Amino acid sequence: MSEVLPWLVVAPVVPLASLPILAFRFDRVGWPVAAITATVHTALATWTAWTVAVDGPTRFVVGGLPARLGIELAADALSASFLLLVSLVGLWVLAYTRRGGPRSNLSYALYLALLAGLSGLCITRDVFNLYVFLEISGLAGYALVALGDGRDAAPAALRYLLVGTVGASLYLLGIGYLYVATGTLNMSAMAAELVAVGHDGRLVVAAFAFVTVGLGVKMALFPVHTWKPDAYRAAPAGIAALLAALVSTVAGYAFLRLLLSVFTATLFGVNPLLGASLRAAAVLSVGAGAVLAVRQRDVRRMLAYSSVSQFGVAVAGFALATPLGLAGGVVHLLGHAVMKSGAFAAVGVVEAATGARTVDEFAGLATDVPVTSGALAALSFGLVGIPPLVGFFGKWYIVLSAVRSGAWIVAAAVLASTLLSLSYFGRLVQRLYLESGSRPADTRYGAVSAGMVATAVVAALVALGLGLASAELVELLRPSLSGVGP
Amino acid sequence: MTALLASRAAFLVAVVLLGLGLFVLIDDPNLLKKILGLNVFQTGIFLVYVAAAVRAGGRSPLVVEGGGPYVNPLPHVLILTAIVVGVSVTALAAALVARIHAERATVRADELRDGAGEVRDRE
Repeated sequence: MSEVLPWLVVAPVVPLASLPILAFRFDRVGWPVAAITATVHTALATWTAWTVAVDGPTRFVVGGLPARLGIELAADALSASFLLLVSLVGLWVLAYTRRGGPRSNLSYALYLALLAGLSGLCITRDVFNLYVFLEISGLAGYALVALGDGRDAAPAALRYLLVGTVGASLYLLGIGYLYVATGTLNMSAMAAELVAVGHDGRLVVAAFAFVTVGLGVKMALFPVHTWKPDAYRAAPAGIAALLAALVSTVAGYAFLRLLLSVFTATLFGVNPLLGASLRAAAVLSVGAGAVLAVRQRDVRRMLAYSSVSQFGVAVAGFALATPLGLAGGVVHLLGHAVMKSGAFAAVGVVEAATGARTVDEFAGLATDVPVTSGALAALSFGLVGIPPLVGFFGKWYIVLSAVRSGAWIVAAAVLASTLLSLSYFGRLVQRLYLESGSRPADTRYGAVSAGMVATAVVAALVALGLGLASAELVELLRPSLSGVGP
Repeated sequence: MTALLASRAAFLVAVVLLGLGLFVLIDDPNLLKKILGLNVFQTGIFLVYVAAAVRAGGRSPLVVEGGGPYVNPLPHVLILTAIVVGVSVTALAAALVARIHAERATVRADELRDGAGEVRDRE
């Protein structure tokens, strides 16, 4: 049962190691290997999620050492839901990349490394192990961005690498402080030690600050978001759909995991200023991301800036540190990941079919790509937060929790950003459907497969399903969001 | 005060390395120097860990009967791992700079700005 956990990381690594060897003999072996691996991985993740839902949290200590010394892997409802997200998004992105590219063996090796790193992030309970997985997924992400074929791909990837590595290094510094304060790297042992040490020590506060800034870089909160728009613009569309859905989202999960399992709610109780600062940072990100998104002409950059705003919303939910706020943050992270993945895939289809890249060039394209446009419009409304798509429910829980705990600024910021997002997504949908473009007929374009369109449609349907089942999802998550984790 | 500073010398050096590295990373337009800045910055963090493992009178942890006290080996092991990660990052960064040089004939960040064919945004 719990022996499944290490396989979630090992399953992608084995084919990753064999791909370079297979590549000697076969030209296009990457996609089939990745597809088989992703299917196996999804099965393992589903099995894990099922076990957690039926029997409760499960854990495994690598090497049979005591958890305090060894590397502990564990899955509760929270880990399992992000694990499933990684698997499923990984699977449907493959439907896109089969025709939409990238198709080289190298790109699928990187894809598998990303899958392994992100799965590890979801299940590890060792803070240093978490750093290693952060860097594995980070390295894969930087290299995946560089697969873009424009001349801006390498500069964008390098900028992502430099900023992302500083973020991961700051996280490393933060856990160094924690290790000095507690003498252990295991999350639950750390939480127990912190009770004895006290949550108001300078080491602990500094550790929280470094960890937050470090993971904030990976989440791309304002003002450390600068890597994101360039990276998502320059990456191949299928890769953008993968990265936009998973990399920052799992960093957000890691932040929440540390908040729940290491620092616990006591941290904000003892240091009210920390909670207030985190809320302020989140609100700043919510506002700045939305304002910057309104100003973009390039559709992918607009989506990237919208992510800056949406991650601010999720972190604001975490910073409220109420069960409802946390649940809202998790639902928002999951929902945003599904919808952003679909939106990037849809934009990729439009780019491949028509060459349109800016909001203005999207004018009147609904007649050229009707199904994709429908999915894109639905996902846009979902990202704005219109029910019954999942985008509404995360925001709803966060605003409700903010109002109940008297954090009016958070509630106001989330509502204001919703209005702003209506203006920029509304503009996109309006261009698509209500305006006619004067596009020169270009025969160079037109390579769109059913799989590429299906990626966007499936994401829209999953967003709808998550929205309809959001109450049940919150019910499942509730035990893993209260107090210290298993 | 001087005695306190002397006993914390390693941490002071670490702070200087962190500041220096970050400054070069942000300020220098040369992409290679940015990577060097990143390396210096990471070295500062490595030093924090290694300095935290020191024990007064401690020796290498080759445990023998009645041998102690030993320095803490765990931070050393962690930093070995972090160095490996750092090497991988540097290798990838250097490869990217090589590609930028091949495609754009420059390794300066300020000369990459005027991208032809890129969609200009109102920023």
